[in-house]
Amino acid sequence: MRRRLLVVGLGLVFVATYAAAQVGSQSGADKRRSGYRDMGEALQKMQDDDTANPGMLFVQLGSQLWAKPAGVANKSCADCHGADAASMKGVATRYPAIPAGSDRPLDLEGRINLCRTQHQSADPLPPENLDLLALAAFVAHQSRGLPIAPPADPRLEAFRQQGEEIYRRRQGQLNLSCAICHDDNAGKKLAGIVIPEAHPTGYPIYRLEWQALGSLKRRLRNCMVGIRAEAWPLDAPEYTALELYLMERAKGLKLETPAVRP
Amino acid sequence: MSNILVNAPKTAKRGDVVEIKALIMHPMETGFRPGPNGRIIPRNIIERFTATWNGAEIFAMDMSPAIAANPFVSFFAQANESGTVVLRWTGDEGFAAEHRVDITVA
Repeated sequence: MRRRLLVVGLGLVFVATYAAAQVGSQSGADKRRSGYRDMGEALQKMQDDDTANPGMLFVQLGSQLWAKPAGVANKSCADCHGADAASMKGVATRYPAIPAGSDRPLDLEGRINLCRTQHQSADPLPPENLDLLALAAFVAHQSRGLPIAPPADPRLEAFRQQGEEIYRRRQGQLNLSCAICHDDNAGKKLAGIVIPEAHPTGYPIYRLEWQALGSLKRRLRNCMVGIRAEAWPLDAPEYTALELYLMERAKGLKLETPAVRP
Repeated sequence: MSNILVNAPKTAKRGDVVEIKALIMHPMETGFRPGPNGRIIPRNIIERFTATWNGAEIFAMDMSPAIAANPFVSFFAQANESGTVVLRWTGDEGFAAEHRVDITVA
């Protein structure tokens, strides 16, 4: 009798732990964390409040530029895409992508510059230019809250693999790869700051250290200086390859543009 | 034109204390940093921020080079009468910006 009770009891314990494990694995299926979750509460509130988030100033500037004619063609973005920019919803979740008539991927800033040269007959804006960042922030802001959804274009696969190779390659005087910090040691601390998982969920970001809006390219260069590697030239295709891999890695995470980061 | 974001209530009860938050795009260049050519970049900051409610000053502050770019200011005021709150920023290189908010007090 006692033995039977014991068996029933053990069975119940097993059922209970099995159920708990199931629930646990369901809620914890996606363990990826946006950098948002590793910041302090004050910064999270700053990002969430559209009148306290300094990135919104640049989104506002971007909306003004959206309606402003530019170039020899004297056309504004709004002339083709519509004044309310609703057509831009979801666009930022799909970039980098290969534009029609090309075989190389472009990031969002590159796509904006392509529009400038092709449709506005204007000069492309230089990297980290305020207007370019503001336009990118305005376009990406239309996708805030949408999951990152890299396109299924098979031509991107080679570039993505190149990006992953860069991500895992040791470089610089400190001989570190991206993966050593952001995969193997993410969540631990470096100089008192939590190492984030490096998901590009909120670019262009307003970084308090920069006191300005900056692109993912600027952030990547920052990391390269940090590991004492020589940063690639600003127009190098490596940045886009790395961004392609990072976006694939962050697939499904929600865009936060404009994100605030310390 | 300056880029400004203001968060203030549209309506308030008489006697209520309301919070007004204001964010403005400005480089707040300190005047201590050398530029790419090695020369000091001239100081370019907002020197003063004021707020008036129907013309009466309700808040004012002097800003310094130690304040970060794109300064954010939050302050409180007692809502006594319906009217217009005028926020004004003035600074170096003739910088002047203004933003108006109407608040209805019932």
